[in-house]
Amino acid sequence: MKTNLLEVCYLIGSITFILGLKMMGNAKTARKGNLIGAAGMIIAILGTVFLFVKKDENGVADYNYSVPGIVYGLIGGAILLGTIIGWMTAKKVQMTKMPELVSMFNGMGGACAALIGLMEYHNNIGHTGASIAIVLGVIIGSISFSGSVIAFLKLNGTMNQPIRLPAYNIINTIVMIGVFAFGGYMVFNHIESSSVLYALFGCAIIYGILFTVPIGGADMPVVISLLNSFTGLAAAFGGFLYDNKVMLTGGILVGSAGTLLTLVMCKAMNRPLSNVIFGAFGGGGAVATGNSEKGTIKDISVSDLAVLMNYSKKIVIVPGYGLAVAQAQHVIHELELLLEERGVEVKYAIHPVAGRMPGHMNVLLAESNVAYEKLVEMDDINPEFEQTDVVLVVGANDVVNPAAKTDPSSPIYGMPILEVNKAKNIIINKRSMNAGYAGIDNLLFYDPKSSMFFGDAKKALTDLVAELKTM
Amino acid sequence: MVYFIVLSVFVGIEVIGGVPTVLHTPLMSGANAIHGVVIVGAIYVMLNVNPDNTLALILGSLAVLLGTLNVVGGFVVTDRMLEMFKKK
Repeated sequence: MKTNLLEVCYLIGSITFILGLKMMGNAKTARKGNLIGAAGMIIAILGTVFLFVKKDENGVADYNYSVPGIVYGLIGGAILLGTIIGWMTAKKVQMTKMPELVSMFNGMGGACAALIGLMEYHNNIGHTGASIAIVLGVIIGSISFSGSVIAFLKLNGTMNQPIRLPAYNIINTIVMIGVFAFGGYMVFNHIESSSVLYALFGCAIIYGILFTVPIGGADMPVVISLLNSFTGLAAAFGGFLYDNKVMLTGGILVGSAGTLLTLVMCKAMNRPLSNVIFGAFGGGGAVATGNSEKGTIKDISVSDLAVLMNYSKKIVIVPGYGLAVAQAQHVIHELELLLEERGVEVKYAIHPVAGRMPGHMNVLLAESNVAYEKLVEMDDINPEFEQTDVVLVVGANDVVNPAAKTDPSSPIYGMPILEVNKAKNIIINKRSMNAGYAGIDNLLFYDPKSSMFFGDAKKALTDLVAELKTM
Repeated sequence: MVYFIVLSVFVGIEVIGGVPTVLHTPLMSGANAIHGVVIVGAIYVMLNVNPDNTLALILGSLAVLLGTLNVVGGFVVTDRMLEMFKKK
């Protein structure tokens, strides 16, 4: 009876995961979808705790076994503590720090999967199928854990330079093969030593670090998405081990959805996944030297810009990571409202990879109450640039670089860009003339229609708003 | 079992197909919360632990704690992101 009821709980859990994920693919139903997934998770967890039936080695249920109180106490305590910490962190974190947080939580899941494997290993020596699932769970979970921690540090800025050992691609591949071979050796030789098991765990952790360290900060979203699907896979191995349907569906669902999401992200950047992992630019290796006749750079004063904007009909704002770093999302909304009040049409052009995660800009701007309809995706906004009086580029660089269209030697050649150079005036807000993340010079800055509006995004825009108010 | 796995893979691909880029971040975050289902495994291990095995109790509690962080943090942060999309 209990067992059947538990199966029902798991079935409900699996269905809610699928439904929830499906609903999250649509802006209208997304929030509900997330809550449905969460409800299913709670049912699965409660079912696991309260409908537990101990099974002996042959899989026969022992209904007389009662779980010792200390175990329930520890589980309850851990869940309570985890809920409080998880809830507080998730509620308190700033929106710009979101990618780091997702990465951190992902690492926790990976570590959890690895620990399960570490504990179960000794109970399953000799059972080839179960041992394989356990060892793979340990390896993949650990890689996901240490990889996520590195990704967190990189996004955090603690570790912003990609570190590349000489011939790191070869070293990494060898280490990876070594780790899996080590795992295989343990399974088929029925190794019993705990220290060997912990050595495997350690090696997998090291591989996770080696795997993530050479990848540049700009590619972190792709890496997080990939590690996310790794953790899903690790969870699925756990499900295989216990023949637990909800872990299987949840894990595989995330594994396959995560892999696809990773590929979609790569496609938006027009780079194959192998290129991200084995690195071509990402950290600014080869800097393309543009031709010498770049022309000159103009800059524009706050008052001139205010006048220009005040008398425009249509303005498109192109936000980039610089906007997020400067925390200028609120002031830009203020600017938008002020301009709309004066009868100027204002839209935001969102490049698929603007920011540090796809959709990062949307989340940020939504936080400062910018209407969802004002955020226009690249393909829809590109034809509109010709009728645009002023394009204001804030902290974005590579996504508006015309070299992606015109210069086949450029590392970003072929990446779809926002065609801002078709607009009548281009205003670029930047802190300095430094190149963007890809380390490539941007010829847009030398366009005769372009003017530079130097300064920290938040301060510059605040000045601009103040200036506009006086008019 | 294999049948089941292959089906799940296709469901995963089907579910993600055609999602607007705008929703990639929340979706990734939501998927992140869902793989927190490993916590079910962690609880299961814990329930089977012999209470005299202190190391197992410690590791198990740690696993449950980490799994809870993944689940709770994941869902709450996703909700916070999506809350912002809900517009008047």
